[in-house]
Amino acid sequence: MFQFESINDFIQMGGHGYYVWSAYLISLSVLIWLVASPLQRKRKFVQEMIRQQRREMARQETSNT
Amino acid sequence: MWQWFHRLGSPRWFYQASGKWLPWLSILAAILLCVGVVWGLGFAPQDAKQGNSFRIIYIHVPASFLALAGYYVMAIAGAVGLIWKMKLSDMVMKSAAPIGAVLTFVALVTGAIWGKPTWGTYWIWDARITSMLVLLFLYLGVIALQYSYTSQDAASKASAVLSLVGMVNIPIIYKSVDWWYTLHQPATIKFTEAPSMHPDMFRPLLVMILGFYCFYAVALILNTRVEILHRERRTRWVQDLVAGKPS
Repeated sequence: MFQFESINDFIQMGGHGYYVWSAYLISLSVLIWLVASPLQRKRKFVQEMIRQQRREMARQETSNT
Repeated sequence: MWQWFHRLGSPRWFYQASGKWLPWLSILAAILLCVGVVWGLGFAPQDAKQGNSFRIIYIHVPASFLALAGYYVMAIAGAVGLIWKMKLSDMVMKSAAPIGAVLTFVALVTGAIWGKPTWGTYWIWDARITSMLVLLFLYLGVIALQYSYTSQDAASKASAVLSLVGMVNIPIIYKSVDWWYTLHQPATIKFTEAPSMHPDMFRPLLVMILGFYCFYAVALILNTRVEILHRERRTRWVQDLVAGKPS
């Protein structure tokens, strides 16, 4: 069963609120970054590749005409 | 059997196979972590001596486990790349390094925050904590070596050697609480005996450990996939893949 009398008690954590919540929030942000970083790098990579492919196609068209 | 091993070494095969597993692993990780956090924060009984600060354990212990296990992943991947010249293994080693570094950081920071109300100090140079700091430096060293060479092969070799040399630190960390007088308490989770923790406190911890393992797998796969795309960018299959997905 829920260990706290109220939401306020839950946030206070019996006086240890600052410790518990800072630990959890720091960890959460850092773990989110661990997943977000590769996803963002992949998106940048795909964008850069598409740009290169378009340049290649344009170059081929001008050399064909 | 060797055929399987060689197929395993194909970056393209890994990219396609991991793509199928990724959604399921991600969902599993998310569920386990959400359930574990809610359970640990709100429903596990508080500790008789430490009160509610003990709830930090639900992040601190899983992160520490994975920091150690992740080092083995990195070192073994390095060894395989060194011995069999498997490029994919080098890529896994490169991907494992920042993940392990971050998890070690999380273990140290949550441990420090937990230490303040429990021991009265954020930091102490005891055996367990100091050897974990050394682990962080080893991870950072492997990452730094990746950027120190113009040749990717040379970088992989150097990183693999450092990873393997540093492997001795893992049993030291593990046994530090037994070999030295430490402020950090001895292991509660043992292989041969029941845990010295009340089951109501232990069960959410187990969920979080499993969740962190799944999360680690997801992070490792995501990072390796990006590394594969980058290194194989001149191949036909990557060019086709990119052309097929405008974004």
